[in-house]
Formats: sequence, structure tokens, C-alpha cells
Amino acid sequence: MSSTLDQRTAPTEGPPPAAPVTMAAALNRALADALEQDARVLVFGEDVGALGGVFRVTEGLAARFGDERVFDTPVAEAGIVGTAIGMAMNGLRPVVEMQFDAFAYPAFEQITSHLAKLHNRTRGRIELPIVVRIPYGGGIGGVEHHCDSSEAYYTHTAGLRVVTPGSPRDAYTLLRQAIDSPDPVIFLEPKRRYWSKESGPLDLAGPAIDSAVVRRPGNDVTLISYGGTTATALQAAEAGLEEGWDIEVIDLRSLSPFDDALVAESVRRTGRAVIVHEAAGFGGYGAEIAARLTEQCFHFLEAPILRVAGFDIPYPPPKLEEHHLPNVDRILDAVARLQWDDDV
Amino acid sequence: MTSLTHSATNDRSLLPGERPFALLGAGGELTGRTDFPMPSPEELVALYRAMVIGRRFDSQATALTKQGRLAVYPSSRGQEACQVGVVHAMRNQDWLFPTYRDSVALVTRGVHPVDVLCLLRGDWHCGYDPYERRVAPQCTPLATNTLHAVGLAHAATLKHEDVVAVVLLGDGATSEGDTHEALNFAAVWNAPVVFLIQNNGYAISVPSARQTVAPSLAHKGIGYGIASVQVDGNDPAAVFATVRSAVEAAAAGGGPTLIEALTYRVGAHTNADDATKYRQPEEVEAWLVRDPITRLELYLQSEHLIDETDTAELEAEAEALAAALRLALNDDADLNPADLFAHVYVTPTAMLAAQQQALQAELSEPEGE
Repeated sequence: MSSTLDQRTAPTEGPPPAAPVTMAAALNRALADALEQDARVLVFGEDVGALGGVFRVTEGLAARFGDERVFDTPVAEAGIVGTAIGMAMNGLRPVVEMQFDAFAYPAFEQITSHLAKLHNRTRGRIELPIVVRIPYGGGIGGVEHHCDSSEAYYTHTAGLRVVTPGSPRDAYTLLRQAIDSPDPVIFLEPKRRYWSKESGPLDLAGPAIDSAVVRRPGNDVTLISYGGTTATALQAAEAGLEEGWDIEVIDLRSLSPFDDALVAESVRRTGRAVIVHEAAGFGGYGAEIAARLTEQCFHFLEAPILRVAGFDIPYPPPKLEEHHLPNVDRILDAVARLQWDDDV
Repeated sequence: MTSLTHSATNDRSLLPGERPFALLGAGGELTGRTDFPMPSPEELVALYRAMVIGRRFDSQATALTKQGRLAVYPSSRGQEACQVGVVHAMRNQDWLFPTYRDSVALVTRGVHPVDVLCLLRGDWHCGYDPYERRVAPQCTPLATNTLHAVGLAHAATLKHEDVVAVVLLGDGATSEGDTHEALNFAAVWNAPVVFLIQNNGYAISVPSARQTVAPSLAHKGIGYGIASVQVDGNDPAAVFATVRSAVEAAAAGGGPTLIEALTYRVGAHTNADDATKYRQPEEVEAWLVRDPITRLELYLQSEHLIDETDTAELEAEAEALAAALRLALNDDADLNPADLFAHVYVTPTAMLAAQQQALQAELSEPEGE
């Protein structure tokens, strides 16, 4: 490990770069800034040290902050989350990495039985300001166990915050907010957007950690999405112009808690809604959104709320995944089925 | 390679001794073993007192369960040498990570007996402030607390704090994956942790022979590079001496120790269990003559460290504690349903605030409407 290499890979400091930044780089900057500003912050997991993580999100951090603050652990996910809990009980703020969505499952008991519940169990005496970063979802040609959309397992667990960024700049903001949160946060990183780019400052300006955001205003239909399919929804909205639809796109950011107020306001205004996610539809997160919006907006709805989701199948092999993932055509087909006047 | 060479030359020192370490035999006689130093007379008297108090607490809790005052109670009768020995060997700044069967250890650590029973009474999941006595919430899932202990201990190292984490687990818990991850993390991090396995013979109904065919549970330590000790878990002096030594080693930077204490669960798993279905009365009787309290009492009497007046006074003290416990648990605790929503997040979400209001509205409706 030469010092030249260390300097080359160390995150840049000072004013934000003019050049567009990838989501992976934005996340790296968020970790670096949090480590810089708060001595209680630690980053650990599998291969996060010298290698910088399999997606290079932690690249350069061990060299810059030392291996007492950024370090590799044994390959044991329950161990990573379980020890993070003990560290947080002793005043630290761990940010841990699960290498892939499906490889987080060994930590499930620690996450659901302890991470989510110790604050409640002790009437608030134990706070666990822990962030569990999980690269999730498909679209990268990954083989089995590398492409799960596991958000509903976590959103169904009270006591966890579950967030996922839809853009590089928001990845920075949302991760900083997650690290600052006094609650445990499951931070889902849409891995197929790690290399998408966006220009503009990386800063803390923007909506609060539990707020959704309108990424594209529109009047006819509300497309509700998050994480990896936010960009797909935006593409669909652009393509929808040709059909004469003025489509609003909401990026949820926070899956739990859910921003009822912002989403319901939009749906009451447009009267139509389509939910887009790549996780399986049955028992999925979109079902919860559809139910809530029906309860809150029934008299404003012009059509049933539709979902465009992955099929109810195990995640497909790489050469077949294109058939599984929501795409622009499938989204626009759903929009077309929203009982427009000329259909009746 | 360096570490492999190191371990190859020193591995035997990580193994437990050929016989479990004991200072006192079943009749209170000295064994003459010198592996770890004999506790001082004052410490031995304190151990005895705490065991008598602890057993009275335990029997009172069992009685309260039969009367319906507790939802369930897992007795640790017969395991007092472990429950008390481990706590007396700890320092104030150390942390204890107990399980559901370790109520006597909590009482010994100074957690208020009524607060200890909050969980089992069904009032809340943990009735005390963990930071007050440095006692983590009693852990119900097996072995998960081992990782919390390792994390807390490693954080202490990173913060340059003189703190040792002591984690309690049972023989059944050694089959759980978290135990293995915790031993491995503790060893790799050289974390100041003491693992105390109370091998009481049964995981509910399943005997230890069905958990493992390892020569002993203490033998598991060497696989992780952890020094391991097997101790007579019904000898309070030996448990104290072993844990004290492990705590001192951890505090001095010597890393973790795995201690297997051989003891016996004299009672059933809980009041809801029927132990006659899976073990013979002769087995229980054989262990009753190895009672940890009798053993230390005989030794203290032979050394004239206690007399009949002391014993009578202690009995009265234990009875007073039991009476106070009965009185305190006679009335239902004042529970507030709004608490259900108050601590799920540090600040309740809008959704939970609405649900709390809905429940309160429901509760304020007049009866019959």
C-alpha cells in the first residue's frame, strides 16, 4: 500500500467537484465527511478496508482514517451487526456494510430482534444510531443471491428506518442523514445506479430523512417509485409526453416511515397513481402504498392504483433478468390502463 | 504465517485442564488446587450471603408464578455459584450481558428485584436502566448477546476505557451460530470479554450429549485461539476465582477467555415445563448433594467464618426481601398503553402518533358503547 496510491484514492476535500459524480463516489464522500466530522463514526464490514468494498464505496477510507475506524471483519454478517449493536451501546456510531442483499440474511435475527427493538425494549435508554448499508436489487447481471430486493423484510419491522436514494446527490444527503439519525437505519443502495452520474453540490440541503420528494412535477398521473426504479420512472414520464400524459414522479427516499402527506397530496391532485418497484409484487412494499393511498384518497381516485413490479419469482439469472425488471414500456402500459375517458 | 506458527507452538495452553477446576469439594473440603487463587475470607462470606439471598429470591419468584403473579419464571436453582460468583468477580465498570435465566445474577449486581421481574411479570420487556448497573437487558434469543458483549468490549478498547464485558450463555446456546461468530470476533479483536457458559445439562429437555460431541464445551475455545477453562460450576469459590482471573487478564490486554462451568438446573426449564419427562429423579438427587450453598456453608463453618447467629440473621434478611417482593408484586403495575408507541423510534413517527391517539380515543370511550 504505497502512499502515492493512498493519495490517489483518498476522497477529495474542499468545494464540490464541478464534474458529475457517481452514486458510488457520492456515498464515499458521505462516509468520509461523516468520519471527518464525528470521531464516534466507524465503518466496518467485509472487504471494506484495503479493497474499498466490492463496489469501491469505501475506497481510500481505511488509508485516510486508519484501521481503528475503517476495518475489515471476519466474514460473518450476524457478527457484524451484533457487534455494531454492542459498540453503539458504548457510544459509537457504526456504519456497517453487508456485501450484497442476500448476504445480509444471516444478520436478520440481529436486525429484527435487537437492532430494531432494543430502544423500545429499554424504554429509550439504549439508542442504536447504526447504519446498515446494503447494496440491493438487480440490473447488473449478477448471479443468484446478488440481486434481491429485500426492502419489505425490513419495512415490516417496526423500529427500523428504511431509506434508499434514487440519485447520486441524494445518496450523499440521505447517507449523511442516516448516519446522523438516532434510530437504526437500513440504507439500501440501488447497485445498478452506483455508476449513474449527476452534477451539483454534495451537501445536506434537501428534504428531511423521512420525506419523499417530487422529482418531476406533473398533473395527470403520479408515478411512485424509489431506489433503482426512480430513474426508470423518470424515463417513462419523459416518454409519456408523446402520449400526451403529464406525469408526476415521486422518489420516496424513505420507505419507512412512509411520507403519507406528500404522496397523498399528489395523488389527490392527479387522481391516478402507479407504483413502480422491482421487488416481487405479492406481499410487496407497493401493496402497502396502494392500500394507504386507497384509504386516504379514495374519493379523488379516477382509477384503481396499479403496480408495476417484478414477477413473483426468485430473482432470475442474468440472461433473463430483463424480462423481470420494470421498464418504460411496462410503466406506460400501466398508465394507459388507468381508465382514461376515451377508454370508457 | 506468524500467527499460525505461534498457535502451533502454544495451542495446548489454550486447552482446558484435565479435570474441572475446583477449590472446594462437595463436602466443603479444600481440594488443594492452586490453578487460581482462593478468594479472601471476606469474599467467601460475601459469596455465601449473596447465594442465600439469591436462592430466596428465586424460590419466591417461582412461588409468585404459581400464584399467577408472573407470566413465567425460569428458575436458576442450583446454579447460584455461577450466578453469584460471576457477578462478585466483576468490577463496577464492567458490563454484564445476561440471559433470561440469570435473574439471580441481576439481583446480585444490584438491580432492584422488582425491576428484574418486570419482563417476566409481563409489564415491559426490560424493567431497568441498563446503564445504571451496567447490565444489558436479559436476552431471550439464545447467544445473540454474545455479539453485543464483544462489540461493547471492542468499543471500550477503541475508546481506551478499562471495561470488560462478561457474557452469560448456556450449553444450548453454544450450538447457535452467534456464539461461534462472537468467539471468533473476540479473538480476532483481542477483545476484553469473558464468556461464561453455564452448562446446566439441559437445553429445555435436550441433554448436552445431543448438542455436541466435543470433549467439552471448553474445548471449543482453542478453535478460535481462545484460552479456555473448565470449572466446577457448583463451587462458588472456584467460579469467582476463575472469572476474576479472566477479568483481570482481559483488562490487562490479554483478550478473551472462555469458561465452561459445570452445574445443574435443579428445577424445570420454567414453571411451564415438566422435567420428569426427560430425566430421572436419581440424576437430580445426585446433583442435590453437590449443592453450592451447602458446600460453602460447610467450609465457612469449619473455618469459623460464620456462626449460627450469622446464619439466622441472613435467613431473616432473605425472608424480608421475599416479603417485600411479595408485597410489591401483589398489586398490578400502573401501565400506560401510550408507552406502546413512545419508544419505537427516538421521536414517534406521524403514523405511530396517529395510532396512539386512536388507541387513546378507544380507551376513553364509555363502557358499552
